[in-house]
Amino acid sequence: MATTVLPVTQEYAGGTLAREQVSLWRDGWRRLRRNRLALAAVVYLVFLVVLAVVALFWTPYKPNAFGSCETYATPSAAHPFGCDELGRDSLSRLMAGTQVSLLVGVGTAFIVLAIGVTLGLLAGYLRGWVDGVISLVINIFYGIPALLVALILYILMGPGLLTIMIAISATIWMDMARLVRGQTLSIREREFIEAAKASGARTGKILFGHIFPNAMGPIIVQATFVIPIAILTEAFLSFLGLGVPPPQADWGGMASEGLQAIRLVPHIVLAPSLALSVTLLAFNFFGDGLRDAFDPRQKR
Amino acid sequence: MLEVKNLSTSFFTDDGEVKAVRDVSFQLNEGETLGVVGESGCGKSVTALSILGLVQRPGKIVGGQILFKNNDLVEADPEELRQIRGRDIAMIFQDPLSSLNPVLRVGYQINEAMKAHDKIAREDVSARSIKLLKQVRVPDADRRIQDFPHQFSGGMRQRAMIAMGLSNRPEILIADEPTTALDVTVQAQILELLRDLNQEMGTAIILITHNLGVVAGLCRRVIVMYAGRIVEEGTAEQIFESPQHPYTWSLLRSLPRVDSNRRERLRSIEGLPPDLIAPPPGCAFNPRCPFRIEKCFSEDPALALVGTDSQRAACWVTMDRAYKEMGAKDITDTRPGAASGVRPPKELADVVIDERTLEAAPEDQGELVGGS
Repeated sequence: MATTVLPVTQEYAGGTLAREQVSLWRDGWRRLRRNRLALAAVVYLVFLVVLAVVALFWTPYKPNAFGSCETYATPSAAHPFGCDELGRDSLSRLMAGTQVSLLVGVGTAFIVLAIGVTLGLLAGYLRGWVDGVISLVINIFYGIPALLVALILYILMGPGLLTIMIAISATIWMDMARLVRGQTLSIREREFIEAAKASGARTGKILFGHIFPNAMGPIIVQATFVIPIAILTEAFLSFLGLGVPPPQADWGGMASEGLQAIRLVPHIVLAPSLALSVTLLAFNFFGDGLRDAFDPRQKR
Repeated sequence: MLEVKNLSTSFFTDDGEVKAVRDVSFQLNEGETLGVVGESGCGKSVTALSILGLVQRPGKIVGGQILFKNNDLVEADPEELRQIRGRDIAMIFQDPLSSLNPVLRVGYQINEAMKAHDKIAREDVSARSIKLLKQVRVPDADRRIQDFPHQFSGGMRQRAMIAMGLSNRPEILIADEPTTALDVTVQAQILELLRDLNQEMGTAIILITHNLGVVAGLCRRVIVMYAGRIVEEGTAEQIFESPQHPYTWSLLRSLPRVDSNRRERLRSIEGLPPDLIAPPPGCAFNPRCPFRIEKCFSEDPALALVGTDSQRAACWVTMDRAYKEMGAKDITDTRPGAASGVRPPKELADVVIDERTLEAAPEDQGELVGGS
């Protein structure tokens, strides 16, 4: 509650002192820039996105072509990350896998946003029985194991990216819904909501036009933390064989395939694992940085 | 045009039913300016919110009618009410900063107020926003329309709120303490603006305030509320020149005056407004009234015509009688019961009346050093 009360007084102070106008975004970006770790994470993530886009058009070798080099070839100048048991170039597969990871991460974040924000707004704004039902559903979903959902969906929908994204979303949307519900509960009490009602605004407009923009900061931060969770879960599912179907390269699947020969050629497991770890770390640093940047209590 | 009939609004709290508005009736004609005056918590704002159907849980309209163009707003469904809000009856609030959404541009918010209704054609909306801002005298309106609320000064924010309120050419503008959060010079500008808008556009205004000076400058007719009821009603002249209810009289006397002795203490009204869960029996003002008589503790007076035409007061005594019989003209002791010498009946004393009231009885005056 305190987090939503504070910005008002600060904006008031800003208003009376006629401080130079700084929008939410510019203000956030300015403070994010001061955080070196977060900035490094941003640079890495941009690099990752570029890599994924490049991999759409070009990879050193065809990611799914057998015999690009010898089976289990060790890293060399031609193949910086070596090759796997079918003689496919690891670097090319790593690049192709980036696409899957980012797609699942961002896609899941959007699904979670859509579900969590909508339900959170409705529960927090309408309260009463709507809130009761939504909160109950949230608690029920907390009790459902992620793997079970993934298995059921795998059977019902077959393997594929969409299955994975839905399965992951179904198990992590609740945090977002709870966050938005809490934000809504406090924002709805603010006077501009009453003023909007008094001017005849429709309920949908109040929810998405007035409450949502005011809860944007925390929502973005939460969404940023959803991405690494989704990427990790996707890799985990693929590792178990419940992920994207072969021959599509993806980090979890690559680690799984390399596992058989880990004593002989550890680089096949190490390459995707490292990529995964560094990416997760980067998203977490980025999320932390965003959280600090949007935290009104640290306004400087 | 607007007729409120026997409106009662209560809040159902854990401690009991808070009767915030009790049996309030009044009328508002086209283009009229009506002032609603009273202390904090006397039901002014709740009356306004009731008209717009904005009373929040645990509050509820428990009785009466609100007739707007012969359409009962109490019975209206939510969508009907939504369409009336902002389009036919607009409202502006006390604190213009918190009434504007901090993350949205001012112009956008004014546009949205128009887009919520289909009264103004979509293609005219943006141009009209600028025109409205100019009309409420925001300097450099073409550019300022792109600003965020925190870039506006307090007075400009209230102007923007008024522009938003007027955007759909409503017939009634309810202004709930529109100048309370502003400093005095800006207050005057806003009031002047409201008066001009009333005269130019014919918008009827209900001005809710605790500041009698504000009412004097703007309103033709005045309603005085106390403890959720109307205690006096009349034209501004009647209310200011010959108040008939002791509460109105006390309010007027508590105004600081430029011509008064600098050393003189401001005359406050003794005590606090009553508990609205269990209002005192009889007249709700009896614990604080200097002119109370025995009857005030047993029977609640109804609003009745007093003296000249159209002025009505809910009082057994009325000030005319108080002047004649109790010498109210030059009364200095305004403690409860001081002028009439009437103490609350024994069985009520510890239930309704606070300690200071008991001490105010004439024989205990020695202990009253701390009283004002």
